[in-house]
Amino acid sequence: MTPAVGTETLQFDFPGERRPLPFEPVLVGVVGSGNLEILIEPAETAGCRITLDTSARGFGAIWAAVLGDFQQRHRLAGVALAMNDMGATPAVVSLRLDQAVAHLRWPAAAAAVGEGE
Amino acid sequence: MNAPTDPDRWHTRAAGRAARQARAAQALGPQLQGVHVAPEALVSLLEAVIEPGDRVCLEGDNQKQADFLARALTQVDPALVHDLHLVQSVLALPEHLDLFEAGIAAKVDFSFAGPQAARLARMVASGQIRIGAIHTYLELFGRYFTDLTPRVALIAAHSVDEAGHLYLGPNTEDTPPIVEATAFRGGLVIAQVNERVARVPRIDVPADWVDYVVVAPEPNVIEPLFTRDPAQISEVQVLMAMMAIKGIYAEYGVQSLNHGIGFDTAAIELLLPTYGEQLGLKGKICRHWALNPHPALIPAIEAGWVESVHSFGSELGMEEYVRARSDVFFTGRDGSLRSNRAFCQAAGHYACDLFIGSTLQMDLAGNSSTATLGRITGFGGAPNMGADPRGRRHASPAWLKAGAQARQGLSGARGTPRGQKLVVQMVETFREHMQPAFVEHLDAWGLAEQAGMALPPIMIYGEDVTHVLTEEGIANLLLCRNDEEREQAIRGVAGYTPVGIARDARMVENLRDRGVIRRPADLGIDPRQASRQLLAARSMRDLVRASGGLYAPPRRFRNW
Repeated sequence: MTPAVGTETLQFDFPGERRPLPFEPVLVGVVGSGNLEILIEPAETAGCRITLDTSARGFGAIWAAVLGDFQQRHRLAGVALAMNDMGATPAVVSLRLDQAVAHLRWPAAAAAVGEGE
Repeated sequence: MNAPTDPDRWHTRAAGRAARQARAAQALGPQLQGVHVAPEALVSLLEAVIEPGDRVCLEGDNQKQADFLARALTQVDPALVHDLHLVQSVLALPEHLDLFEAGIAAKVDFSFAGPQAARLARMVASGQIRIGAIHTYLELFGRYFTDLTPRVALIAAHSVDEAGHLYLGPNTEDTPPIVEATAFRGGLVIAQVNERVARVPRIDVPADWVDYVVVAPEPNVIEPLFTRDPAQISEVQVLMAMMAIKGIYAEYGVQSLNHGIGFDTAAIELLLPTYGEQLGLKGKICRHWALNPHPALIPAIEAGWVESVHSFGSELGMEEYVRARSDVFFTGRDGSLRSNRAFCQAAGHYACDLFIGSTLQMDLAGNSSTATLGRITGFGGAPNMGADPRGRRHASPAWLKAGAQARQGLSGARGTPRGQKLVVQMVETFREHMQPAFVEHLDAWGLAEQAGMALPPIMIYGEDVTHVLTEEGIANLLLCRNDEEREQAIRGVAGYTPVGIARDARMVENLRDRGVIRRPADLGIDPRQASRQLLAARSMRDLVRASGGLYAPPRRFRNW
């Protein structure tokens, strides 16, 4: 399977209830072949909204699975992620997502929930 | 000596050699001085000493190539020299296949054809070339001493001296078994050398095993196949290397090992002096290596991790570093590296606790293959290293522990206590361009059909694989008790590949509870800590610096 040329834009809205403390937008990763960058910022959304620009078309199902598992781990609320992908593998995507979330801080009551696996 | 016209029936091979030598003397006249052949007379020499149907070893190794001799062989008159049967490790040069297009050679027995894989597949399909068999290195060397002994060997050496002795340089590679088989069974050994000197720095091939020597106009071709630029190692590779060190090397107390080629294993080499040190493992693991002089191993050597390294071949740029570390590497009295593929393969097979390598595809039985449709790549040496040596009898802690895990609860012959080699396949779930590394069916099956092979070209058999390591975790196949568990253990580390998504989630969680599958978190590893900062060298320049300036990378790797 060779990915078709041209970019694709995907958007996912996941429910979630863990609202981080207020934070400034943070950028992790780099735009380079096999890599991606992720901007994580506060948003007026009930759960977690993920917008994705990817250079590799036709992998919607895999993205849905990777991002679904991510949100299942973190249950984010009031957070938007904008991702700019240059053909990163799911392993790199998951790593970058967890790196992005590592920048968030939590109210005392929520701190113990959902950290790691 | 018997006259060639009246051969003693028990010495036909020796008589044949004498007859060929007589023909060469006549054809070359003054262009042959002792064993020294004038370069411009090389084609005439080959026409004089090679007969139709001869079995010829045209030395093609993993790195070193007898390229001048190969070019000359393509120039012989096919009316005089034809239907040759080539027996050689590697089909690396275009000339190796040109011989078949020209009608000079008809059949080949070999081990590896990486650089010529696609063309070889096309020529097999069109009937231009017949393959006897595709071997592993040791297997082919074994056949040099049984049914595939060369009649003429065309080899590559570094220098010849006035006495006719040959020096092979750091890349001995496959030359010893080739020469041994040929010279001692009535064959002729013809060497190309880079230079003629008064006295060789050490004698690798004695003069009386060599029949003809020619000084090539250019040094023989040699490829730096084992250099990996640390700058290209990804964080995911760092994560997997952390898991290998903590979850397998430390777990079993691996003392002796072989690493395949690639960035995955280069990452392990570069984490030993940092992450391995943090875990307190120095002196406890990775002391003895069957390995080419990987530049990526320099920081671990400098930090005192490595007691010994024996090598299949050498690596361009490592000459002075090796010379300066003779306690670690095998070196001659002259100081330069002595490699030897046959002995290193034997060491890798029988004397190592662990083999770890990468692959292109793995199926649900754990079989792995680098074969893809339309390419006949062959095997090389990985199957010798990546197989449990059933003839091994000496015990080591890692070998005993792996054997005990595999035999737990079994009785009778299968439960008889014995050790087992650790054979680890380290793969990211997706390769570049999102090709899944885990598949229901290997492409090898299709290739077997396409090329008319008796068996699919499987590199490492699932029966021999003990651990599958991906970014998602480690599957310990030693602990699987049936085919279903093995399949789910592999699916359970196959990530978001179709094979991984189709896992039985409950069974996978059960395998995780039993320790068959271990995630990074189960090993106490936080993937977010998998940073390139952990690499003991992060660039080629760092490697040079770590070597104290002794390592001199080839120009193509000098990116600073």
